[in-house]
Amino acid sequence: MAGHTQQLSKDDLWGGNSSPFGVTYGKMMMWYFLVSDALTFGGLLTAYGVIRHSSSDPWPVGEQVFEALPFLHGSYPLMYVALMTFILIISSVTMVLAVEAGHRKDKTGVIKWLGYTIIGGFFFLGSQAWEWSHFIHGSGGGFQLASPVTVTAELESGEKVEMALPAGSWVHMEAEFGHEYEHAMEGAHEMPAAAHDNHGGHDAHAEAAAAEHHVNMADLKPSKLILNKYTLEHKDGKDLRKLSVTGEDCDKLWAAQAEGTMAFGANLHKNEYAVQQQYSNFFFFVTGFHGFHVFSGVVINIIVWLMAIGGEFERRGHYETIEKIGLYWHFVDLVWVFVFTFFYLV
Amino acid sequence: MERDDLIVNDSYALNATHSEEEGKKIRKKLYNVTILLTVITIIEVFMGVAFKRNGTFAWETIKLGFIVLTAVKAAYIVLVFMHLGDERKNLKYVILLPYALFIMYLIFIGLYEGLAVQEMNNVWR
Repeated sequence: MAGHTQQLSKDDLWGGNSSPFGVTYGKMMMWYFLVSDALTFGGLLTAYGVIRHSSSDPWPVGEQVFEALPFLHGSYPLMYVALMTFILIISSVTMVLAVEAGHRKDKTGVIKWLGYTIIGGFFFLGSQAWEWSHFIHGSGGGFQLASPVTVTAELESGEKVEMALPAGSWVHMEAEFGHEYEHAMEGAHEMPAAAHDNHGGHDAHAEAAAAEHHVNMADLKPSKLILNKYTLEHKDGKDLRKLSVTGEDCDKLWAAQAEGTMAFGANLHKNEYAVQQQYSNFFFFVTGFHGFHVFSGVVINIIVWLMAIGGEFERRGHYETIEKIGLYWHFVDLVWVFVFTFFYLV
Repeated sequence: MERDDLIVNDSYALNATHSEEEGKKIRKKLYNVTILLTVITIIEVFMGVAFKRNGTFAWETIKLGFIVLTAVKAAYIVLVFMHLGDERKNLKYVILLPYALFIMYLIFIGLYEGLAVQEMNNVWR
């Protein structure tokens, strides 16, 4: 490895007879590309930080938004994204083992470890597809209040607290009711597709159309609403998360619904998670941009894997290509480490 | 054609190889780093789930802890997996220094401006 550097004098290093960096042109350029790509991601994550710091409204909390696992009900905060992170780290390890096998000119080793890396890449992409799908569908949806409302809410421990909610506060529905309501609304909006975006709430037009579909929108009323679903608040030693509101107060909240604020999951215009639309926009852009890097990485890995099977690198006499694509693959892992911290943890 | 960009005695140069025993040593190091990265990720998830966000000093410390742990993870990935730690000093600094300078400036100016905008929002709304 290193260590030979000391034997070279300055004249030898910079004299022009050999590369002062001790790497080939291709590897050097891969590093330069990665530095520029890292600046792109650094810029995106810093922009996210700027928006987040400049916002006065509460920002959604990772473990409240991302707490679902496929095929399971209940709350498993951050478990899925931890699994994704683990998959990517392990695929990074198999990649570095492929590079190591390449240095021993061990063709079967390279094929084996690079193969595992490709499988890991596919698993990560699949996980991200599921994560996006869940984020887009949301769980239950919610709406904002048109006017201030004071309600008595129940903590998870059963204790009751009085909550004074200002106009614009988010109130969320339970998953089952939310899905029923969403379907009823979709049924109501089937004819004019454009109306779906314009009238998010339940208006006269929607109710009239719903009647034809044998669902009376006016009859659809939640029996329970949730406060602080995606934001954490700890005041006076109390855990003011996921407060439930039932009975008369629930009707009061339902009646105070601001028109057009009803949102289910997230898209590029609306999201149920936050007041700030930038929250979901940044999530889509940054994880999407990273996911695209993973996708290109998998494609490149497959090409190089086929070259390795075909014996191309034995003909060349070296496995440096594995090292170059390895650099790219580790970089993808590196970016995910930061995305994980800033979108899910902090 | 003879290539003139090869550095013969460098283990990461094109025609360099290492033996099975050296490989064993390298693999052992890689496995250790894998375990370390996994443990750090588990600690991070545990911290994310366990600690409450209440805007107190404790939470600010934990937030800083996340960033430090992330930096440690990033350092191990870059220095060991991408073996930048084993490259020549020249290459190391050409990669790391400009990036570190740019990004530190970007983060500083971004967060500074962001907080200023928030202050303005709070005053004028």
